[in-house]
Amino acid sequence: MNRIGLYTLFRKETLRFLRVATQTLGTPIVTALLYLLVFAYVMEEHVQVYEGVRYTVFLIPGLIMMSVIQNAFANTSSSIIQSKMTGNVTFMLLAPLSAGEIFVGYVGAAVLRGLLVGLGVSLAGMLVVAVTPAHFLWMTAFVLMASALLGSLGLIAGVWADKYEQLAGFQNFIILPLSFLSGVFYSIHSLPAFWQQLSRFNPFFYMIDGFRFGLIGVSDVSPWLSLAIVGAFLVVTAGLCLHLLNTGYKLRN
Amino acid sequence: MTRPAVRIDAVDKRFPGGVHALDSVSFEIGEGEFFGLLGPNGAGKSTLISIAAGLTRADRGRIEILGHDVVGDFRRARASLGVVPQELIIDPFFTVRELLGLQSGYFGLPRGNREWVDELLTTLDLVDKAGAITSTLSGGMKRRVLIAQALVHRPPVVVLDEPTAGVDVELRRLLWAFTKRLHAQGHTIVLTTHYLEEAEALCGRIAILRKGRLATLEDKRELLARHPFRFLDLELTAPLRQLPDGIVDLVDAHTDTSISLRLHKKRDSISGVLETLRHAGIDFTDLSVREPGLEDVFLELTRDGGDGRAAS
Repeated sequence: MNRIGLYTLFRKETLRFLRVATQTLGTPIVTALLYLLVFAYVMEEHVQVYEGVRYTVFLIPGLIMMSVIQNAFANTSSSIIQSKMTGNVTFMLLAPLSAGEIFVGYVGAAVLRGLLVGLGVSLAGMLVVAVTPAHFLWMTAFVLMASALLGSLGLIAGVWADKYEQLAGFQNFIILPLSFLSGVFYSIHSLPAFWQQLSRFNPFFYMIDGFRFGLIGVSDVSPWLSLAIVGAFLVVTAGLCLHLLNTGYKLRN
Repeated sequence: MTRPAVRIDAVDKRFPGGVHALDSVSFEIGEGEFFGLLGPNGAGKSTLISIAAGLTRADRGRIEILGHDVVGDFRRARASLGVVPQELIIDPFFTVRELLGLQSGYFGLPRGNREWVDELLTTLDLVDKAGAITSTLSGGMKRRVLIAQALVHRPPVVVLDEPTAGVDVELRRLLWAFTKRLHAQGHTIVLTTHYLEEAEALCGRIAILRKGRLATLEDKRELLARHPFRFLDLELTAPLRQLPDGIVDLVDAHTDTSISLRLHKKRDSISGVLETLRHAGIDFTDLSVREPGLEDVFLELTRDGGDGRAAS
């Protein structure tokens, strides 16, 4: 195993997003804070999703996880497509790095960005309402698995896309709707039966619901079910990533 | 020949759309050789290099670098190979020194490799640019960075894919001197170039690819000696009006007041040609006989209808 090579790729991917931290960390934190302020002040008095849980408290885990998801995806997808467009992906492809090492290097940095954004949104959320984690391990498990899953999905999208427009389509028509329709702002129990059933096919719902259980101790479905489903999706996307990297799809002609 | 540094065995590659980039190409490059890989645009040179570097997958056949298969034993093969790509690639996020450090790390080298990085920066005259982001560099400087990146892991086999394309004379000379030095230090050098005088000056053996096939592979001197022609260049006293029969077919190039004739070494005698011209009233002020260069051989071998004979 090329440990130094793997660490170097992870470091390079981390430095890449830290060099533009205003865009990669600052912007999503401010955006989440704005969502929180607007929704909290407008809805706080009108909506109670769970008995005894303020709407703002309900909203915070969803906003954290939505930010984690979107930024983990953006990290791998934008890095790969930029590297392809500028051609500097060649530097990595010439190196003795295996598909697994490339996968871990890219996805590891995406997970780190997801964690940093999640931490930033959590701290920003404390300006509005302080929440003490109910089940720290559950919370950690879901944030790690969700960011790894979206990092993998971003890697697939980045490898597949030939131009920025295709990537934007992937982000705007798949990632964004799935994250908005996953129970960030509401419980699926408040939806009509049909939409409730449909939501159960959305893997993003389980990431957010499981994380919500970890942070505030309430959820729509069992956290074990969420863990199993998120874990299964992670295995599938990771497997697909490894297959694409092994075959050199759109990378090694 | 010593043991092969590069062994290319029946490599075949088709691209979508039916382009047959490489058609069962086989040859070997010995360890320590300065090897020229030539061919017109689209001959398959870059595809072959890409397959050797692991940037492209062959449909059939295999390539080994110092005995390591580039697919099955890719770690050792890639560690043995340094490739200077043809395109001027940049990374807008990192400085020159950072890029070299990252490339060094990709190859599993610890931070102790900094001394060699410093040496590369000095040798390639990049010290002043070490802190610059690559996107701010000139084309020549970017080329130097690419060369430094290819050498950062001290590969025994170095492939330079048209390294002097679009660079100024000063840099070209520096690169020539640098590659000669690398070769003298024991590196195997594989050079593709459009500048045939470059291959003629530097390379020992030369392979010419034509339409994805190996047209020839020979020692440079034998290749030049095999060319059966020489050139007779004449500066004329008066503008040329009409050439006599028997001379027209020998014309390689001409202007109003000069003419270059391509003479077969065995069939066409110089004195006979001059006699014919004199009889036709064509006088000249200057005369020179020129032996063929690599460019002439190259044109002969790569033109449609050329013999395309492979020597091995």
